[in-house]
Amino acid sequence: MAINDLVDLPSYLDHTPESGARIRELKQRPAVLEIDGLCREFAGPQGRLVALDKIECKVRHREFVSVIGPSGCGKSTLIRIIAGLDWPSSGSVRLDGHPIGGPGPDRGMVFQGYTLFPWLTVKKNVMFGLRMKGTAFRRAEEQAREWLKIVGLLEFEDHYPSQLSGGMKQRVAIARALANQPRILLMDEPFGALDAQTRAAMQTHLLKVWDSVDVTVLFITHDLDEATFLSDRIVVLGANPGRIVEVIDVPLPRPRSPEMFMSGHFLATKKRLEHLIYNNETTPKPREATLHPRAA
Amino acid sequence: MRAWLSVFAFLIPLGLWCVVSYVPFLWHPLVLVTDAGDRTVPGQYSYLAEEQRVEREEFDKRNAELQAAGAKLAQGYRVNPIYLPAPGEVAKAFVTAFTTAPERPGDYWLHESLWQSCKIIFWGFVYAALLGIPLGLLCGTFTAFSGLVEPFVDFIRYMPAPVFGALAVAILGLADAPKIAIIFIGTFFQMVLVVANTTRQLDPGLLQAARTLGANTRQLLSHVVIPGVLPNLYRDTRILIGWAWTYLVVAELIGEKSGISAFIYQSQRYRHFDNVYATIVMIGIIGFCTDQLLAVAGRYLFPWESGNTALARFGQFLKLLLPARLRLANES
Repeated sequence: MAINDLVDLPSYLDHTPESGARIRELKQRPAVLEIDGLCREFAGPQGRLVALDKIECKVRHREFVSVIGPSGCGKSTLIRIIAGLDWPSSGSVRLDGHPIGGPGPDRGMVFQGYTLFPWLTVKKNVMFGLRMKGTAFRRAEEQAREWLKIVGLLEFEDHYPSQLSGGMKQRVAIARALANQPRILLMDEPFGALDAQTRAAMQTHLLKVWDSVDVTVLFITHDLDEATFLSDRIVVLGANPGRIVEVIDVPLPRPRSPEMFMSGHFLATKKRLEHLIYNNETTPKPREATLHPRAA
Repeated sequence: MRAWLSVFAFLIPLGLWCVVSYVPFLWHPLVLVTDAGDRTVPGQYSYLAEEQRVEREEFDKRNAELQAAGAKLAQGYRVNPIYLPAPGEVAKAFVTAFTTAPERPGDYWLHESLWQSCKIIFWGFVYAALLGIPLGLLCGTFTAFSGLVEPFVDFIRYMPAPVFGALAVAILGLADAPKIAIIFIGTFFQMVLVVANTTRQLDPGLLQAARTLGANTRQLLSHVVIPGVLPNLYRDTRILIGWAWTYLVVAELIGEKSGISAFIYQSQRYRHFDNVYATIVMIGIIGFCTDQLLAVAGRYLFPWESGNTALARFGQFLKLLLPARLRLANES
């Protein structure tokens, strides 16, 4: 039974006055990240494998953009290329108009696997980027404390990562990435390893942090609720080859609150995403099970 | 529970040894002759003499000869071969081995021999670690470096260290140097490969995270690779020290015999098997204690793994004692 059968949904294309105004305003802002004709091919066992095909995308200043898509659509490859951990076969990625090289502190990254340095305390983890830049110890320490205050973990500054829960670890990882004051925060399924409650809490927390910090976010997820709840825009990728299927402006006003999970616009957006991801004609459907009668 | 099992792990073999040594009808294949009887009686077995350990069969046949001649019978009691002294004798040798002077003037006392061996192990291992650990870290971090170094190291690793003995003596002389060289050869090549492997097992996510945080290659090595592999490196080192001990005996027998091996060799020549056992057990105890000491130290050295922050807190305390200006320079 589709959601439509229960309630009358608005179209996901019909914005509320507030969300429409925000989208219009966002489109005026300068682009922080510009992706132009980006292709990435891998040499697979069966020859060339196109992971990403002619990706075109702009992320504007202080925008929250999510990338979703079925597994194998190359969304992780995309974010790794932007981070500088992988490289395009052709096309370009520009940050504030400058082509990106290798990894750099101007693009902060939060990984699904936390990747906190286990031998450093929470505070020293947050200080890591600053220390690499050569910031003096005392100043780096001060700034790290500020960031820990923002993510609400100041009282845990002297703990080791192994003493923290998954949600807390990810908050430290966010603080660590933000401490470098990056132009864009890249998040690769950051809440994928968390349980449902923690994940919901982290989503609200992330929006709060993002609201108080001057940073643009590119967020990768496979969770449709998460993408809809967090984003201004959702880039939907399709698989084989990885390409942009549709870009959706989320018709929800800011600030977001968990009640919106039940709003008509939320459900309509989610329905569209579901359709794009699961009913895409080009994605091969699993073969139906054939039941062989038992041989007599 | 585990502690009790550990105690039993030692008590069981010790108990077996006691039973074989102290229960007279168990094994005891020989007879220690206390009185040879009438030695004037001729016979096939007339060579029996006092203080001799002979087969029980020989002893019985000699007594049959003596009985046939109506002479005084030989006396004796059942004993184990000389190479299996009783635990009590070995325990006594633990003390007497230290207090008795060497049989041959110019030979070394036990404590001198032990010290000599420890010195050889220490220097051989330190040289191997000083070169092997950095080389292993580089091999584990940089593929190009690994490709350049590891094939050759792998090739040498298959040559048993003792085959270099003659060369080492020819090049380095008869003193300690060739022995240290054998320990070095025995551990260094293993160490490079083991350390390289350990380094490669570091979570690549940590390296990627560090790079996105702006770390350059040099910082990656010093701030991520080295601290990241340190606890595992420490465990590898503990295992490799065991390797060094196995090469010790070979090393000490080349050139001029020295150290613990020379002591064992001399004891064996003078049939002090109790000393031989005592010395072997001592090597075991030294090795075991070193390992346990390192294990305990490890718990303090790596608080993020053990949760034991005693050493870190002690460091903080020491920092407070420093004058403020020094403190700033010290913190990193």
